[in-house]
Amino acid sequence: MALLGLDPEVVAAARALAARAAEPVVEIARAHTTVAVERATLRLAGITGADTGHRAGDVPWVNRVVDTVREHCGLEHGVVLPAFHALREHDLATLTELAEATAAGQVRYTVPTGRDAQRAARAGRVAVAKGLRTIDRNRAQREKLVARLGDPPRRPWIYLIVATGDIDEDVVQAANAARAGADVIAVIRSTGQSLLDYVPEGATHHGFAGTYATQENFRIMRAAMDEVSREVGRYVRVTNYASGLCMPEIAVLGGLQRLDMMLNDSMYGILFRDINPIRTFVDQRFSRQVHARAGIIINTGEDNYLTTADAVEAAHTVTVSQLLNEHFAHEAGLPDELLGLGHAFEINPSLPESFRLELAHALLARELFPDAPLKWMPPTKHMTGNVFDGYLLDGFFNLAGVLTGQSILLVGMMTEAVVTPFLSDRDLALRNVRYVLDAAAGLREDFRPAPDGFIVKRAHQVLGEAVDLLGRIVRDGLLDAIADGTFGLMKRPPDGGKGADGVVEKAPGYVNPAADLLDEGATR
Amino acid sequence: MTNVRPYGDTTGDGMVQVSFTLPVPPGPRADGAAMQLAAKMGLEPAMVVHSHGIGTEFTFFVVYGSARHIVDLDEVTVVEREYPLLSPAEVNGAVRKLLRRKLVVVGGCIGTDAHTVGIDAILNIKGFAGEKGLEYYRELRVLNLGAQVTVPELVKRARAEKADAVLVSQVVTQRDAHILNTQEMSAAFREAMGERRPVLVAGGPRFDPLMAAELGVDRVFGRGTTPGEVASYLVHAIREGRAA
Repeated sequence: MALLGLDPEVVAAARALAARAAEPVVEIARAHTTVAVERATLRLAGITGADTGHRAGDVPWVNRVVDTVREHCGLEHGVVLPAFHALREHDLATLTELAEATAAGQVRYTVPTGRDAQRAARAGRVAVAKGLRTIDRNRAQREKLVARLGDPPRRPWIYLIVATGDIDEDVVQAANAARAGADVIAVIRSTGQSLLDYVPEGATHHGFAGTYATQENFRIMRAAMDEVSREVGRYVRVTNYASGLCMPEIAVLGGLQRLDMMLNDSMYGILFRDINPIRTFVDQRFSRQVHARAGIIINTGEDNYLTTADAVEAAHTVTVSQLLNEHFAHEAGLPDELLGLGHAFEINPSLPESFRLELAHALLARELFPDAPLKWMPPTKHMTGNVFDGYLLDGFFNLAGVLTGQSILLVGMMTEAVVTPFLSDRDLALRNVRYVLDAAAGLREDFRPAPDGFIVKRAHQVLGEAVDLLGRIVRDGLLDAIADGTFGLMKRPPDGGKGADGVVEKAPGYVNPAADLLDEGATR
Repeated sequence: MTNVRPYGDTTGDGMVQVSFTLPVPPGPRADGAAMQLAAKMGLEPAMVVHSHGIGTEFTFFVVYGSARHIVDLDEVTVVEREYPLLSPAEVNGAVRKLLRRKLVVVGGCIGTDAHTVGIDAILNIKGFAGEKGLEYYRELRVLNLGAQVTVPELVKRARAEKADAVLVSQVVTQRDAHILNTQEMSAAFREAMGERRPVLVAGGPRFDPLMAAELGVDRVFGRGTTPGEVASYLVHAIREGRAA
């Protein structure tokens, strides 16, 4: 039930502005490809593994092939035409053999024309379709398991992070967390993975402040949580991160290993990792198409803006980003029920009425996106090391989550900014959540902010400021707004940032069967 | 009074509160184990006021007890602020007088650390704890290189920009990454520039100001440092450098 009395015309205007702001960027995304999109396509076509003989350490075969194709004939036509043409010319049985031959310097890639091009495109489509059918099967399998084991008994779903650096330890901690009530397990990645221009291989045991996202680590965690799901009698969801330079590839790996949620923000990499804006928008679009196909819930990263900018002053930038994320997601085929738009409890607790402001912002998000599984993020910026204050603040965060009907609640740790959470910190945090959810489960029924009261007025004000800002973004262009530091106070020019050299403008004859199959929703 | 004990509600009662987890299934034996640990920690008498199982293999405890240890304040060593705190206007004035040009500050997070929150709080105009960051100071030219800057890149930029001071922030502490990264950084500057190296400053929530020598830097700032403190220190360091 709507409590804020938002004007439907203002809401519609906000969405229309977001669509207009996003349009030129979508055009750019359609007109370009990236090394990561091409590598993701080859992963769908079945290439796995890495070149372990390379002097610089393990290099994934997809990187070997894409880099070599680019060197020989460019990526303007996509990697599929040259790769599948070479496969046939050299009479090789598998893409992995092709990769090995590439590493040995035995393959000279060219862009085929005429019948050769048609044949290569057809072979590529057959191979990529096989990968997509695996993703389809995983989606069906998830639906089957959810039907059999059931969803969590109530909302919000309880989302808990593990981050030991060692996938085997992660499994132990994740299993304990699930038994203690966590509905969603997120494995935080090793610091720095977002700036690697390749996806590491195999099971890993030495991450920094997190565990590397690899296909094998995904498989291990999903398998372990399938076991725990049967034990606890509900389907425990698994989350990882598709942000960074390898968004499209990690999205594919998440789909292939039946992850359930992935962090995927349209602008996070640009703002917080200084990744090239064009690269990000191209990668984001492809990765979201893959998520849509896989039935993976995306989690967007609006919480991050509030860690750098002031949570009251910048509240409207969160709304603007949510609207943009929504548009980009819809455009890539994601329905509302897969849109885990993010927001956070980051207002300075020493500010008078800070809790009412939090309620206003949280309720605004809830009512703007009634069908989206909103992700509610705990305080981090004002966690001071006084763990007692922190525990109280997390309690208020939990209460705001219940009261405003948030869908996914990331469990806050009182030791945020102090240490990697202890076993006991996680246990205490879950007790905090359980207490609030039990004590105030139905409080939302009784929560009716006064029609002209502080909360309602504040929500209207934030929405108004968001509409104004969207108007400015439409006028100046989204890329310029990003360059000017509109979001999170970070200034990112469109030609700067990491990974810019991995962006390629598509030629008229560009072929990518993955993009075609995703656009068409086809399986063959 | 130079000898003190913790204060609960009466002078000299020594009362402290600790919480911890033992890998022991919950039960009387676990509580006994917690009592033993408390005694070995110097808490006597101690009370296990709360315990509960975490799963079947662990027990969490809250313990109150009287610490028999005595703190000798004469033996406490800390880094007292060795420089006066200046307002932004005073910092600007001092820089103008000392250098007759802008003081160049290059900052960033080195290694794989992607947590820019610390360096941003000090450098970004937005600032921290109600104080504006160094970008706000007219006589400071600030270059924030952001996250995951490699040491060679940092040295190169510091040289190219003729940096007077280099600030690095380290948040991630797993496997002592913050210490190793900072040592690598200070060694690189020493090797590349010798005595002409810029003032080196390391900051992060898990750094102790006493670690400066170990890290090979001129000053270490810990948790809760504000931009004004850093700016005041830079003026002090430049002044000392000139005098030396």
